Amino acid sequence: MKTESGRRHLLGIGELSAEEIAHVLDTAESFREISRREIKKVPALRGRTIINLFFEPSTRTRTSFEIAGKRLSADTINISSSASSVAKGETLLDTARNLEAMSPDFIVIRHPSAGAPHALARICRAAVINAGDGAHEHPTQALLDAMTIRQHKGGIEGLEVAILGDILHSRVARSNAHLLTKLGARVRLAGPGTLAPPEFASLVEGGGLKIADRVEEAIEGADVVMVLRIQRERQDAAFFPSLREYAVHYGLNRKRLDAAKADAIVMHPGPMNRGIEIASDVADGTRSLILDQVANGLAVRMAVLYLLDGGSLLGQREVETAKPHPAVAETPDAGSRTDDAAAQTRLPLGGELEPVAAGRAEPETAAPPRRFRAHRPKTSRAVATQDDGHGMTDD
Amino acid sequence: MEFVEKVRIMDAARINRALARLASEIVEENQGASELYLVGVQRRGVPLANRLADKIADLEGSRPPVGVVDITLYRDDLSTVGANPIVNRTELPGGVDDRNIVLIDDVLYTGRTIRAALDQLIDFGRPLRVQLAVLVDRGREHRELPIQADFVGKFAPTKRSEIVKVMLNEFDGEEGVAIVERPAAESAEGRRP
Repeated sequence: MKTESGRRHLLGIGELSAEEIAHVLDTAESFREISRREIKKVPALRGRTIINLFFEPSTRTRTSFEIAGKRLSADTINISSSASSVAKGETLLDTARNLEAMSPDFIVIRHPSAGAPHALARICRAAVINAGDGAHEHPTQALLDAMTIRQHKGGIEGLEVAILGDILHSRVARSNAHLLTKLGARVRLAGPGTLAPPEFASLVEGGGLKIADRVEEAIEGADVVMVLRIQRERQDAAFFPSLREYAVHYGLNRKRLDAAKADAIVMHPGPMNRGIEIASDVADGTRSLILDQVANGLAVRMAVLYLLDGGSLLGQREVETAKPHPAVAETPDAGSRTDDAAAQTRLPLGGELEPVAAGRAEPETAAPPRRFRAHRPKTSRAVATQDDGHGMTDD
Repeated sequence: MEFVEKVRIMDAARINRALARLASEIVEENQGASELYLVGVQRRGVPLANRLADKIADLEGSRPPVGVVDITLYRDDLSTVGANPIVNRTELPGGVDDRNIVLIDDVLYTGRTIRAALDQLIDFGRPLRVQLAVLVDRGREHRELPIQADFVGKFAPTKRSEIVKVMLNEFDGEEGVAIVERPAAESAEGRRP
């Protein structure tokens, strides 16, 4: 982050180096202790302002960012789309400009459209942190997952990690696939064929990512079994016949878990659907680290806020030009009403910033998009999915 | 950044003797070691605190507990140092309420590190008393806050352009205290560590 590369925003794991990831995780370890103190507060970000701008429901992530900010002595403000001018039809970028006029140091954004944080980063002096954008990325979730794995396995390199469930719509799966393979783990994804398309393997170069044909195959010999949320509200989308059938064929239960290594750990980003994607006895079992994940999430977010330290260069910074995400940034008013923007969104495979329609030239004046790695999977093609704006997996 | 070593003011033996003297002064001042709590300031204050605890154990037969504070998050210059400093751990087992604390750091210069350490201790509770022991005191003309050491291993008057470099086996693979200086062009900025 700042120490490594002058990075100002945290928009996705895809753009981070393995060294940057390790630096965040190391820093986060030091922040865990603060939450065990009687007075859980340090003055590091005193006088800074953090705006949590949430266009989707969230319990864990929003609370976690809010507490993280408060424990660093920053002032945190929460804005949710239902209780803001967004409900009156204000566009995302207008909302952002108005917030920006109040000089926040950080904007933490969750939005149903992939690329919304990138659009904000382009126009904001504040440090922008992606708290989940569409089916693209959820970087702090992947960081907290990695932290949890490291604590229990001593490292990431060489581990076999199974990620099960609704891969297609999961920003957690994408961010984790990037992060875990960058740190040398082998990741196997599995779920119903409709939700775990074979194309997904091209998200990551180098063959560290595989799609397993069956859930059992992914779990076999795994060190880590990560279960994603299935969305009941998506039932009419017919990705699989019924919840009961899903639980029978794809859910993680004790019997399936037996195929993993004896010391395998079980993770879930929450909120859980007990008895559907994960059996209750597994969720509450001794291998389950679900609550460790939440505790680590706080430490990771404190570390990210500290490392980005939004206000530290305020006044000296130039507003950098990030590459706009085509889904939201092609016109000044793009990202307009949440629903419209979401309806237009297509999910670029792997969340790389692929134009979804031809003929949208990048502005020539744009600075080199140094925050984005230029690599794109050779076979990359956009996977168009329905995006109703409510359908994102994971918290 | 290149530093030029000007003079070496302590070697391993002198550091050891200074710590031995500090240990006996601390014990004398506090009429024994039974109530003491040594707290090292990350990073080089920590091995110094442990060595002092060992020496106090030799003198008194019981080793005082050792805690650790990392002052990074309490720095007053977080917004001006270029890169955010590495955050290390703070560990104060048993808390600080009603404890007789001796803060231990390697070098006393502007006093700002100690201010940060004091703020942090006080966020943890209400110590009975806090004293300060340092291996090297660079002189009170450098002080930017009303902070002085109760126990000093070596008094070393220095110029602002100079830096006192404490090397300990635990971090540096050697033992010694040297006065180093930046080349003239860089020292003009006068930035403090």
